[in-house]
Parts: sequence; C-alpha cells; structure tokens
Amino acid sequence: MKKIATGNKAVAEAVKQVQPAVVAAYPITPQTEIVEQIAEFVSTGELKSRYIPVESEHSAMAACIGASITGIRTFTATSSHGLLYMHEMTNWAAGARLPIVMANVNRSIGPGWNIWAEHTDAMQERDTGWLQVYVSTVQEAYDATLMAFRIAEHNDVLLPVMVNLDGFSLSHIMQPLDTIEIGDFIPPMYLPHAIDPKNPAGYGGLTGPDQHFKFRWDIERSMRDSVKIIDETEKDFAGRFGRKYGFTEDYQCDDADVVVVSMGTLGKEAEVAIDLLRKEGVRAGSMRLRWFRPFPKLNLKGKEVVVIDRDYSFGFGGVLAKSIQAQHKMNVFSVIAGLGGQEVTYDDIADFIRKRRIGEEFWFGVNDHV
Amino acid sequence: MISPQELKTIAEIPKEEYVLKCTSACAGCSDSLAIRYVLKAAGSDTVLVVPACCTSVIQGTYPNTAFNIPVYNIAFGAAAACASGMSNAFRAAGKKTNIIVYAGDGGTLDIGIQAMSGAFERGTDFLYICYDNEAYGNTGMQRSGATPMGARTTTTPTGKIDAKKDIDAIIAAHNPPYMATAAAAYPQDLFKKVQKALTFRGPSFIHVLAPCPPGWRFSTEKTVEMGKLAVKSGMWILYEREFGKLSINPQSKAAMKRPIPLEEYLAPQGRFKGIDPKALETLKQHLAKNIKKLSAEEAEE
Repeated sequence: MKKIATGNKAVAEAVKQVQPAVVAAYPITPQTEIVEQIAEFVSTGELKSRYIPVESEHSAMAACIGASITGIRTFTATSSHGLLYMHEMTNWAAGARLPIVMANVNRSIGPGWNIWAEHTDAMQERDTGWLQVYVSTVQEAYDATLMAFRIAEHNDVLLPVMVNLDGFSLSHIMQPLDTIEIGDFIPPMYLPHAIDPKNPAGYGGLTGPDQHFKFRWDIERSMRDSVKIIDETEKDFAGRFGRKYGFTEDYQCDDADVVVVSMGTLGKEAEVAIDLLRKEGVRAGSMRLRWFRPFPKLNLKGKEVVVIDRDYSFGFGGVLAKSIQAQHKMNVFSVIAGLGGQEVTYDDIADFIRKRRIGEEFWFGVNDHV
Repeated sequence: MISPQELKTIAEIPKEEYVLKCTSACAGCSDSLAIRYVLKAAGSDTVLVVPACCTSVIQGTYPNTAFNIPVYNIAFGAAAACASGMSNAFRAAGKKTNIIVYAGDGGTLDIGIQAMSGAFERGTDFLYICYDNEAYGNTGMQRSGATPMGARTTTTPTGKIDAKKDIDAIIAAHNPPYMATAAAAYPQDLFKKVQKALTFRGPSFIHVLAPCPPGWRFSTEKTVEMGKLAVKSGMWILYEREFGKLSINPQSKAAMKRPIPLEEYLAPQGRFKGIDPKALETLKQHLAKNIKKLSAEEAEE
C-alpha cells in the first residue's frame, strides 16, 4: 500500500507487519516517534504485542533478552545516549545469541546536548556482535527492518540486528512508502536454545577460559556465515517485492576513477554530487555502505577513494576511513563531516571529491579549506 | 503443589530437590539453604533469573549446573527487567511458569533498584526474592546498602557509618499485592511465604536474611543459629503484607515484646568485633524504633 511516512513511522509499520510478541522500549529523541507509533498500534490492536514501557534503555534491552530467550520475537528502538546506556545489555544480547531487532536512530553524543544526526553512537557498538545496517530512505528503513528479523532469526546467524537511520534527516522527513504483505517471507521463529522448564539448563553462568574462547569464536563464525544469509534474504526480497539491496549501493562506480564512500543519508546526497561531477567530466562514483557489520569486502580496486565519516574515533581517525584503509591497504582522503547534524550538501560532497588529497584527513567546517 | 495452609510440619515439604549436590557454595552458606526451600516451594514449572551474586557462582561452572530448573543468569543491574520481559513472553504464550528473581542485596538495594522499581511499578507478574547477606559477598565482602551500621567489611574497615537502607519500605511504597520477610533459618516459614507469594498475580517480594559465615565471620555450623538470634533480638522481624495488611509472625511478635540483648546476636560475628559504642547505641535505637513502627502498624489494622 502506498503512503507517505517518516523514517520512524516506516520502522513502526515494519514492526507491525512482523508482529513481535514483545516490544520493550524507552523514549528518546529522535527515536520517540517509533515507540509512540508502536504503542498506538498496540492500543488499536493492529499490533498484537505486549508493550513493556520500561524505565530505561538498559532495562529495555534486558527485557528483550528475557523475552527473546523464551523463543519469541522481540523489538526495541533507541538512539544515542539510550544506546550507550544499554551497552552492557547489547553485549549480553549478542553473547546470549538472541535474534533481537533494534532500530537505532543515529544521533550525536553529549556533552553538549545535541540531538542531530551522527553515527558515533552505533560505531561504539561495533564490537558487540550485533549486525549493523545503515539505511538512506524511508522505504529502505521499512524494508531493512523487515529483513532484519529474518536475518537475525536464521539459525545460521542467531545474532541481534541493528537498523540504523539518521536522526531527523531520515527519522523525521517524509517520503513515499510502499508497505507490503510479507506472507511467508519471514518463517516462524525457532530458537534452538529457548528456555524451557521441561528441559532445565543453565544459561550464562560461570564459564572457564577454554569454553568462553569457543563461544567468542562461535559468534565470529556466525557473523561470517551471516554474509550468505544477508545475501540470500536480500535476493529473495528483491524476487518477491522487487526492491534490490546489497552490502553496498553503488552509483556509477564501474568506470569511476574516484569513488566516494559514505553511509546513511549522506550516501543519497553523494549521488547528486556524482551527477554534478559527471557533467563536469569527472569520472566519479558513489558507494554507500549499507552493512557495516559484518564489514563487506568492497570493490575499490584501482580507484581513488574519498571516505566521509559521520563519526570519529578520537586519537585514531574516521572509523569508516580507517576500516577501508586497513582492509584494502590503501590511502584514502578521509573527510570528517556531518557531526552533530552539521549540514553537508551535494555541493560540499562534490568539493570533497574535486579537491581530494589522498592520504590526508579533513574536518569539514573546521579546517579552513579542502 | 500443596497449598500453603496445609503445611504443618517440615516433614511435609516435598522431597524433590532442585538444588543438587555439588554446588560450589561455601560451607554453611544460607543462600544455598534458602534457594533449596524456595525451589521446593515453587516446583518444577519455574524459571530463576539470577543477576551477578553468590548464586551465579554456586550453580557451578559450564557445562555443569547444580540446579535442576532453568536458570537465566543476567548482568548485575538487570534481573528485574529481564524477568519482566520473560514474564510477559510466557504470559503472552499462555504459560503460567513461575518467574522468580533470586538476587543478592547488592543486586537489589544498590545496582538493581531502578530496574526493580520499574518492574514493580509496571505490575510485572513475578516473584522477586532478595537474599540478604548484608554485603557484596561474591566479591569478598564489600559494603552494600544493606550492610548494617557498625559492621566491618573490606571497604568499611573500621565499621560502616551509614545505616542499612530500608528496602522493605521502598517496596511497600510500590503497593505490591504481597511482600514478606523471611530467613534461611526458618525454612518452613520461607516455604509457606514463597508458595503464598506465587498465588498472587503481579509483583511480590520476599526479603530473606542470609547470614554468611565467611563474610560475617562466624563459624560455619552457626548459620541457622545466627538467623534465629537475628529474629530473637528483633534485628530481623518476620512478617508479611497482603494488599498492605501487615501480619507479624508469632516468633517475631514474641521477640518484639521481649527481645534478647542485641549483643547476643552481634557477639558471635567477627564483623561487629570492637564496634564503636556510638554505632551500637544507634543500632539499638533503630531496632527499637523499627519494633515500635511495625507494632503500631499492626495495631492500627
């Protein structure tokens, strides 16, 4: 069904379609609209979930963990400080192998209080064992949330999935949304280690070094296996519903001499910049990274690469730039832009590409010129 | 399950064991004594949610467990929230499985209090049991909000200067349908209270005194005796509140009228050795005040 919706509403619509048995959530700007919409769906009976209005994000994730281990589907949503507050529990969710799905509306971290888009919140979760996908449109927020459940619950994965959408620049903007009936696209959830009084077992108790080490490897093995499951799921989705997704969204990359790599809404802005540059005769392309965990192998051979990071790892660099440098053993032009919701236009992105200085790092709006 | 009213002697307590031999508990551990009766009372259709505490340790090491019911271990501050998710999930699936949080005093009075308060306020259908050994026992006896004034712990080497937090008053302020105090030294009473608590829909709370031989520094054969001295001195009062109506146990009623001198309870415990006389005096004042308060509350009704 075609409608107009915000990114937040699109996520809630997807949750309604999937019908998790338990939703536990706490409000935080700019995510609040998701939980409000879910509470509304629950109150009208459109969503037959138990909605637990917890007293904190730490408890939101703990409640999802407690619910998920019984073998049922769960969902939560958060942002920024909320995500950081649940950090202990996000680790627990992955370690406990629970296919919890969470929407994270990317927002910067205080102080000072800043409610606008930045990816540093989710980046700080990158080593927890969560799969992470970053979306760029309202439709993609919807589609990625649907697919997240199937990927998380696949028995070769059994890891939680975080769907990231940019605060305000996606969470609060309106775009067309085509909602679908998923039918049997997502099979019923089966959790092999579900808690059951008829089959008593201990969960998460004392674990010695050798066993602990094996559990860690098991997470990594599933993370690697998830590559195939993500691919399968996205292909099946495209086959059934006609919308294609992949680990990256490539725009005019094939013949490009220079490629700009980014995530989230900036990736859509970058496509407009590419159109501008192509008119100028610059053979440029855009690669929008969708899946950040598992981190995909990127096809950047023979290209000059400009990376836009809407995040920063202090004392190290832009996380995306450094990841690409490490993976491809190549120098890139690392642009730090859009922190705290800083406006970055397609003209700005075109300028980053035109005036690239491979091997250097540039803070947009702070360093005096490109 | 036998109904709580029917139990007349300890011999009638079910023979089924859910805490098996070979726990890794310390000798004389009243945590393991209490949980044995809690689980006998709850029966096999029970899931235990355990935050970081001594009970995380006494289960044993993976892949072994000494508990014959499912135990979900969770991070320190998260037990009540985890249990509220679990309770909602089981109820959504139409299952009546008992959800019991079994948490220490640190995980209840300190780091877990926010999650617990939230779960009680939301009317979560579960039983929360706090077994109280009055310090962080698992990490080697550091002070907690439950440590009584004057007690020495590894972080209060000269005795705690602050009073014990009144968690029962905090719980009472949430108006749960059922709340009680109990002690590992009175297993029959504990058994009855657990069974009763599980008959209520919504949150219930039992606060169990759990004397700790290495932590309190008394000899291991005195665990039960310490619990009884706590009750006889009036330091620990056994009662229950059903929809706010207080009923004090007969043992405690007798003790409240004619308590034994507090020193008889404190003297066998190394943690109170050389207690500052001012702290002792304050402890006695608190004790008298608490007796007066509870007597007045019961008389009112």
